[in-house]
Amino acid sequence: MKAVARAMSFGWLADFLERLGRSGVFLAEGLWRLATPPYRLHPIARQIQFIGARSLLVIVVAGTFVGMVVALQFYDTLVRFGSVGLLGAAVGLSLLRELGPVLTALVVIGRAGSAICAEISIMRNEQQIDSLECMAVDPLRYLIAPRFAAALISVPLLTCIFITVGIWGGYLVGVILFGVSPGSYLGGMYDAVNRGDLVMGGAKALVFAVLFIWIAACKGYYLHLDPAGAAGSEGVSRVTTEAVVLSSIAVLCSDYLVSAIIL
Amino acid sequence: MPETEPHQAAIAVRDLNSHYADRQVLFDINLTVQRREIVAVMGHSGSGKTTLFRHLLGLKPPTSGQVELLGRDLTEVTRPELFELRKKIGVAFQNGALFSSLSVRQNVELPLREHTKLDENTIRIMTRMKLEFMRLAEFEKFMPAQLSGGMLKRAGLARAVIMDPQLLFFDEPSAGLDPVTSAELDRLILKLRDAMNMTIIIITHELHSAFSVADRIMVLDRGRQLMVGTREEVRASTDRRIVNMLDRKPADDDFNPDDYFNRLTSTVPKT
Repeated sequence: MKAVARAMSFGWLADFLERLGRSGVFLAEGLWRLATPPYRLHPIARQIQFIGARSLLVIVVAGTFVGMVVALQFYDTLVRFGSVGLLGAAVGLSLLRELGPVLTALVVIGRAGSAICAEISIMRNEQQIDSLECMAVDPLRYLIAPRFAAALISVPLLTCIFITVGIWGGYLVGVILFGVSPGSYLGGMYDAVNRGDLVMGGAKALVFAVLFIWIAACKGYYLHLDPAGAAGSEGVSRVTTEAVVLSSIAVLCSDYLVSAIIL
Repeated sequence: MPETEPHQAAIAVRDLNSHYADRQVLFDINLTVQRREIVAVMGHSGSGKTTLFRHLLGLKPPTSGQVELLGRDLTEVTRPELFELRKKIGVAFQNGALFSSLSVRQNVELPLREHTKLDENTIRIMTRMKLEFMRLAEFEKFMPAQLSGGMLKRAGLARAVIMDPQLLFFDEPSAGLDPVTSAELDRLILKLRDAMNMTIIIITHELHSAFSVADRIMVLDRGRQLMVGTREEVRASTDRRIVNMLDRKPADDDFNPDDYFNRLTSTVPKT
């Protein structure tokens, strides 16, 4: 297909197909190495610490304020219709289905995705990935698979934390500030949220985890094949920016797709 | 995988051609390296040394031709076979290519941890021996960012030889080093060959380093092989490009820096 595109003078299409194919193979190989032994817990734990533990504070802060502002906005609207009893349900559902997974993913992309892409691209730049190859150490197993595993574990957990603190942020505004009854806030949420909502939130967190780590790692790993040509610090900076932008867009687009599939 | 026969060449490159996109960068390269031989690949910047290096390591497939390491044709081996083969070779990259998140000791012991089931004590002892050989034992807990250029190269070399490889590739051992450190690395390379019976390929543009350690020298110019010969044969060459290189003159004979400077200054109006 790539040759056909090139023969028809669609060079850009040929390049796009090449990159798409390379990225697809990268994802498949990364997941394959994740699924097959030997399993190495120490590198995975290190990456969980980097992606998960170090994102905790920013997730807690972001989750709290997002929950507070969502409660504020919903309260302002619901009070006009005399339906403040639905505040808990509205906050819970919006956090669980949409805001929790999406905003957690965006925060993790900004904090860890950019760092992972930069780290791997610098390793490519400084021949560290070549040196792994030359030491007969599979770079995908050594560098990429632990990051895939860590993202798949960390992002859903961070999403849970974001949603939990968001609900308590909403509680702070709705119950403590505006005087909505605690039973109404939590009971309404309990009645409104069903298993499908949990599945949707969980599925989105997993999809976003795969997307962000795939794009960040792949962009860095193939720095030397980047069509713009320049490696060095300029190349690292460019692919890192591209990784963040592309991951964010991929998260937002896939958010719609996952919602459409599950609903 | 068959072991190398004693009479078999450690490295054989036959009619190697290489391209980057549409641009040909290597033209019909031929090279045979015998066991325990030290061969230096020399040439100006852009002569194709690094590309040849990548082909020898199996990091880049040739457009045409063959590269054989220890009797195995790199164009025919599967990826697992290539990995098995690479366990018998060591590579020291120009800047060491050490992992910045690991200490010197952790970097050096990495291949042992990946490929052997040795116990912790044995790994420590073997790593310590190699670090002492490279005079880096006291720096084993240092991070790569805390090392000087020469130390980085020696640490990279320690990692390259930790598995006692049959073949050692060293990219630009002297680049960016002062003459004393450079000479120290040259002595280390000779010691490695004598102590560990290694076949060594050095990629370099440093004349002194190449003539100090190499049994034979391959000279590349703009992707073409000018000659492969002993130090004496290279010194005796009458090829203008080799003579220019040995005299440290630019590859282009017509370029005269004095004329150029005179022409340049004569156009500047006097104040």
